[in-house]
Amino acid sequence: MFDNLKIMWHQGKQFIPDVTTAKVLGIFRGRPVISKNKVNETILAELCPTGAIMVNPVRLDIGKCTFCGECAIQFPDKIQFTKDYHLSSNERDRLIIHEGDDKPIEVNQASVRKEIHRFFSGSLKLRQVSAGGDNSCEWELNSSNNVQFDVSRFGIDFVASPRHADGIVITGPITENMAEPLERCYNAIPDPKIIILVGVDAISGGIFAGSPALNRSFLDKHKIDLYIPGNPAHPLTVINGILDLLKKTD
Amino acid sequence: MIDMNYISIQNNQAISVNDIPEHSYEIFSTGNIALLNDNPARHCVNYFGYRSRNAIKLICCIADDNLHLIFISSALVEINSKLASLTAQNHNFENFEREIHENFGITYSDHPWLKPMRYAHNRFDKNEIIGEYPFYKVDSEELHEVGVGPIHAGIIEPGHFRFICNGEQIMHLEIQLGYQHRGIEQLFLQKKKLIERTTLAENIAGDTVVGHTTAFVNLWENLCNYTPDYSLQYARTIALELERIAIHTGDLGAICGDIAYQLGNSVYGRLRTPIVNFLQEWGGNRLAKGLIRAGKINYPFTPELADRLTAVFKAYEPDFTEMTNKLFTLPSTLARLEKTGVVSYDEVLEIGTVGMAARMSGLNRDIRLSHPYNLYNSFIHKPVIKRHGDVYSRTQIRREEIKQSIGYIKELIANVPEFKKPENISFSPIKNTFVLSLVEGWRGEICHCAITDEKGELILYKIKDPSHHNWMALALAVRKNEISDFPICNKSFNLSYSGHDL
Repeated sequence: MFDNLKIMWHQGKQFIPDVTTAKVLGIFRGRPVISKNKVNETILAELCPTGAIMVNPVRLDIGKCTFCGECAIQFPDKIQFTKDYHLSSNERDRLIIHEGDDKPIEVNQASVRKEIHRFFSGSLKLRQVSAGGDNSCEWELNSSNNVQFDVSRFGIDFVASPRHADGIVITGPITENMAEPLERCYNAIPDPKIIILVGVDAISGGIFAGSPALNRSFLDKHKIDLYIPGNPAHPLTVINGILDLLKKTD
Repeated sequence: MIDMNYISIQNNQAISVNDIPEHSYEIFSTGNIALLNDNPARHCVNYFGYRSRNAIKLICCIADDNLHLIFISSALVEINSKLASLTAQNHNFENFEREIHENFGITYSDHPWLKPMRYAHNRFDKNEIIGEYPFYKVDSEELHEVGVGPIHAGIIEPGHFRFICNGEQIMHLEIQLGYQHRGIEQLFLQKKKLIERTTLAENIAGDTVVGHTTAFVNLWENLCNYTPDYSLQYARTIALELERIAIHTGDLGAICGDIAYQLGNSVYGRLRTPIVNFLQEWGGNRLAKGLIRAGKINYPFTPELADRLTAVFKAYEPDFTEMTNKLFTLPSTLARLEKTGVVSYDEVLEIGTVGMAARMSGLNRDIRLSHPYNLYNSFIHKPVIKRHGDVYSRTQIRREEIKQSIGYIKELIANVPEFKKPENISFSPIKNTFVLSLVEGWRGEICHCAITDEKGELILYKIKDPSHHNWMALALAVRKNEISDFPICNKSFNLSYSGHDL
C-alpha cells in the first residue's frame, strides 16, 4: 500500500487546471494567419497536399488543411501558424481563414440548435465511430480523457452504446465499407442528438477526398453540429470545441 | 527439381524490373516454397500481383535474416487462372493469396481459407459485399456464437470479431476486416505530387506515422537515386525510437486498463504525454505528422532539443521504473498476464508473424538487426526476445524495448549533427525500377514496394503493415482462453485496422 501511495505522490499534479487558457509547448501548428504580403499565389497553392489554399485573394480552409506546415516553411512572410488551438466551429464557413484575419474561431451561438443548450449543457454522452480514421484522431480522443486533459470533469463522456448516447463523434473520411454501420449507429441514438466531426479526414476527406473507396453521403443527409479541425485534432482543440458548443448563452 | 533463380537485393536497393527473373508458375511456386521451408531465418516480406501485358505479374519477396538479403522472383499468370496455392504448403502466404484472389479473380484450388480480405473498392468480384462475409460456422447445440463489431465499445477502429464459444471458453475466433479501406495504394498512383504521397504515407496508420513515412521516404530516395545525408538519417532514427517509446508506454497503460489496474492505467497514460509532447516541440505535431520528408527536414533536431529531451527522460525514467517494478511484482496483475493468450514458437513460425508478435515466442525477427536502414547500420541492435508467447511476454518486450530505445536515443543525442536548411529537391524516379523498403516500426516490420514504368511513373505502390501477418496470431492466441480475456489479448498485440485495410 505504501508503494502505491509513493507512486501516486511521485506523479504530482498532472491535470491541466484551465483547459481554455493552457499554453502548448514548442511549435504547435494551430490557427493560421495570412498576411497581405504579395507572393506568387500559384506556387503557394501548389504546395498544399489537399488543396486547402485558395487564391486571389489567398484563403486557407482549415477544414481541408492537414497542418503539415509546408506553406509556412516556404512562405513564412505570407502564412504563419499560431499556437491558438481554439479551431472549432458549428459553421463550415468559419473554418476558412482570410488574409488579415487574426481573430479566434468560434461557435456561432446564434445558429446552434436551441435543444443542444437545453438538454446537453450539463451532461453530454457521446458515441465515437471511426469510419476509415487512421487511429490518430481516435488516439487523441482517448487522450482527451487521460488524467491530464480529463474531459469527463465537464460531464462529457464517451459511452459504449449508441442507446446511451446524446450524439455521435465521427473520425475518418467515411469509407464505403463503414457507411452503413455509421448510419445504423446514428439511427440507434435517441433524439435529440448531435453530430461532431473530428479531424480533417472527417470534415473534408483530407488527403482521401475523391477516393472511390469513400461514401460520404451520410454528411449530405444530416446537419453537422460541430467541426473540430486538426490532423489529428489536439485534445485541447477537441475539449474547447465541445465546451464552446455547449456554452449557455443568455 | 529445377532450381528457381532469383535476384538477391538489400533493403532499399533499387533494381531494374527486367532483372527480376520470370518463371512459369510451377517453378515459381516450388522455388519459393523451397526457399522458405525449414528455414526460420526466412519469411515472406511481400507477395503481390499487378496487371502487366494483359496478365497478372506475381512478385514474391523472401527475406533471409542471416544473409541480410531479400530474394525476388516473379511469374506471369492469366487473369482468370486457377492455380495451386502456396498457402497449402506454407501458411506465410495465406493473406497474400487472399489479396491476390480478391483483386484479380485468381482462384486457388487448395487454399484452405479463400475468403475476401478487405473488400477493396477495386475488387474483382463486386458481388462480394462486406455485410455478407462467410463466417466459419459450427453446427452444435452446445456451442454459441458471439459477434463483436464492426463498431467497438471504446474509441478504436472498426473490425468484426466472431467468436465460437463453449460456455465462457473461446474455441475459435474469426477476424473480418476491410471497414477501414480507403484505397491508399491506388491514391499513391493517382496523386503525382511528392507532398501528396508523403501525406498519404503519414495517414496509412496514424499510430505509426514515423514508421510508414520513413519506409516511404527511404524508398523514394532510393527510387530517385538520391543519398540522404547523415542528419536526415539521424532524425529518422530518433523519431522511430521516440514513436516506439510513446506507443509502448501507452500500450502498457491500456494493458493495465484491461485488467482493471487503475493505477497503472493512469500512470502510463500520463507518462506517454511528455514523449508525444516532445514530438510536438520538435515538429509541431504530437504524432509526428509533418516531420519526416524525403530529401529534407523542415524541423531540424537542434542541441537545444537534445537538452529538452534529456530533461524529458530524466523526469520519465524514475516514474516509469517505479511503476513498472510495481506492475511486474503484483501477484494480482501477473495472474492475469501470465499464460494468457499463448502462441507457440511453432505457430508463429508457421503463420509468419513479425515484430513483437514473433519475438514474444522466441522467433528473432527485427529488421533493425536483419536488414538495417538509416542509422541502424552504424551499430548492432540487440532484439528483445521472450519465449512464452503470452500476454506477459508481450508486456515484458514493451518494458525492455522502452529502456533500450531510451538508451539508443541518449547515445545519439550526445552528438547532434549539423542540419542543412530545408530545400526542395526535384526528384525524378528511375525508369523501369523496382525498390523495396523495410522498416521496423514499433509493431514490427513495415514493407513498402514500388515499381516504375518506362516513363518513370509509378505503376505500383504496395504497402504492408506488420498487422497483415499478425492478426492471425491474435486469432490463435485467444483459443482456449475465457472470452473475458479477449480484451487483454487484443490490447497486448495492439494491431492496426487501417494499416491492414489500406
